[in-house]
Amino acid sequence: MKQNYSQKAYWNTNLKYLAILLSVWFLCSYGFGILLVDQLNQINLGGFPLGFWFAQQGSIYIFVVLIFVYVRLMNNLDKKYGFDD
Amino acid sequence: MSVQVWTYLIVGITFALYIGIAIWSRAGSTKDFYVAGGGVSPLANGMATAADWMSAASFISMAGIISFTGYDGSVYLMGWTGGYVLLALLLAPYLRKFGKFTVPDFIGDRYYSDTARIVAVICALLVSFTYVAGQMRGVGVVFSRFLEVDINTGVIIGMIIVLFYAVLGGMKGITYTQVAQYCVLIFAFMVPAIFISIQMTGNPIPQLGMSSTLNDGSDVYLLEKLNGLSTELGFNEYTSGAKNKVDIFAITLALMAGTSGLPHVIVRFFTVKKVKDARKSAGLALLLIAILYTTAPAVAVFARVNLIETVSDKPYISMPEWFKNWEKTGLLTFEDKNQDGNIQYVADAQINELKVDRDIMVLANPEIANLPAWVIALVAAGSLAAALSTAAGLLLVISASVSHDLIKKIFLPTISEKRELIAARLSAVVAVCVAGYFGINPPGFVAAVVALAFGLAAASFFPTIVLGIFYKRMNKEGAISGMIVGISLMLFYMAKFKLGWLGETPPSSQWWFGISPEGFGTVAMIINFIVSLLVCQFTAAPPLEVQEMVLNIRIPKGSPEIISNH
Repeated sequence: MKQNYSQKAYWNTNLKYLAILLSVWFLCSYGFGILLVDQLNQINLGGFPLGFWFAQQGSIYIFVVLIFVYVRLMNNLDKKYGFDD
Repeated sequence: MSVQVWTYLIVGITFALYIGIAIWSRAGSTKDFYVAGGGVSPLANGMATAADWMSAASFISMAGIISFTGYDGSVYLMGWTGGYVLLALLLAPYLRKFGKFTVPDFIGDRYYSDTARIVAVICALLVSFTYVAGQMRGVGVVFSRFLEVDINTGVIIGMIIVLFYAVLGGMKGITYTQVAQYCVLIFAFMVPAIFISIQMTGNPIPQLGMSSTLNDGSDVYLLEKLNGLSTELGFNEYTSGAKNKVDIFAITLALMAGTSGLPHVIVRFFTVKKVKDARKSAGLALLLIAILYTTAPAVAVFARVNLIETVSDKPYISMPEWFKNWEKTGLLTFEDKNQDGNIQYVADAQINELKVDRDIMVLANPEIANLPAWVIALVAAGSLAAALSTAAGLLLVISASVSHDLIKKIFLPTISEKRELIAARLSAVVAVCVAGYFGINPPGFVAAVVALAFGLAAASFFPTIVLGIFYKRMNKEGAISGMIVGISLMLFYMAKFKLGWLGETPPSSQWWFGISPEGFGTVAMIINFIVSLLVCQFTAAPPLEVQEMVLNIRIPKGSPEIISNH
């Protein structure tokens, strides 16, 4: 089985999705929750300092959303290329 | 009814339920035994994965750790959930498409080498055994506190229950008991959290209660109040950290990569029908896990405030009954250093008179908040569900590694399916006994090593599997040397800086790059990647059929029925 054109295109789109989603993943946990936490803690979200909120609540919500976005994107992509079964 | 009667009742009902499910879902073939027949629905698999994943550490210890470390405890929250993003995006769909039974199966086939398979089996056994011993110990502690039996008797009761449904039902029995265990444990975790949230803030949703103002008319935010109390007693401000950022970063990454590389989590995705289902059930699993993981930091805050307000500067004789109960277990100790009859609970170790084991925060929380007896009993049943479900998942990995990866794939390829199933059951029995032995006679290093199991998984499996999927040119020489260098480096660092096996444990100022043993998995993982890629450049490309296999697993269409005779 040689990788044909549609398989290559499918894989490249998948890699593009991964790059985007994993950037968000990195930004909201390592970025907002760790590296920038002191700066964000100057801002308050209700009773939460914002950086602390990202580290203990926000990042987890975003992780869940990321996976479901990925599921959605890939289901559509599978259909587009006829790779779903 | 007293707490103890309630506990016997609720724990008894849940145990009867698990045994009933085990009898109903007996395994008839190796396919049933290893991957539950391969037809588990995404929701059931999501629930089972969540229960499999959330261990005694998540249920009992995590909120307690956060309670005492504040912001620094975030590493566990992010680390143990963020790994599912990696799992869903980088591993689960492709491993499901590959369609075999175990992680060493994938590594052995992808790297066309029995050496790679054996290295993977050793890594899987190392990770799983260290992890399972901690679970059996957790079962023993819960039994001894709530049912007032000896810890060892508790461990043995736990062993018998797990033995029953793991040996009889294999993955099929485990999957459906885990579904029940998820329901028990999440209910048991949420009920006290909701009660306490209403008590303290008037908001029934703990995640929101945590950021609300107090219920006492003072209009002060709960977190603000806790920051005030903490600094007053000389502790760090709760919402700011004490650890250095490099270490926080490294620990979080090691936990994430470790989570997605843990064999007992990965095999769960072999049990669904299609690639599509694998992605979806990873999402559902994380959603179900997130319910507990976003509540835990709220529980941590409530428990901390309650504890400080109950004990700080109060006379010892006025302490409530739970205080005396936990003193008996030795997990709570008071020493009246200045002889004034009051409890001084402060950061300064010279003056501090109260020592609180972090593990009791969740278990004692309902008592501290004066909740009804049935809630306390529920927490006991929930922690047992958490510990037993994880132990069962790990035991299955151990038995499959022995009967499938070693016996069937290497030593006795001609073994019949029937005999392989017998071998699988026997190895499960042996594994339970070994785990029970460690639970009863815990080597001093078990607690330390459980946390490091993630480092081991991050240093060995994660890079090897990711490269196997995303880098077609990756060959066996690269993968094997990467795994060996990664896991050896991790073991060396643990032995030197954590276990003190190589002479005296050096002080933390000598840590490499300021990274603790818990976070070192990140360094070992990066080294594994580098070694694999370098070695691969100087050795022959993998055979064509392997390269074709890699292209094939990238496309979801036509995922094979999981086959047993290959």
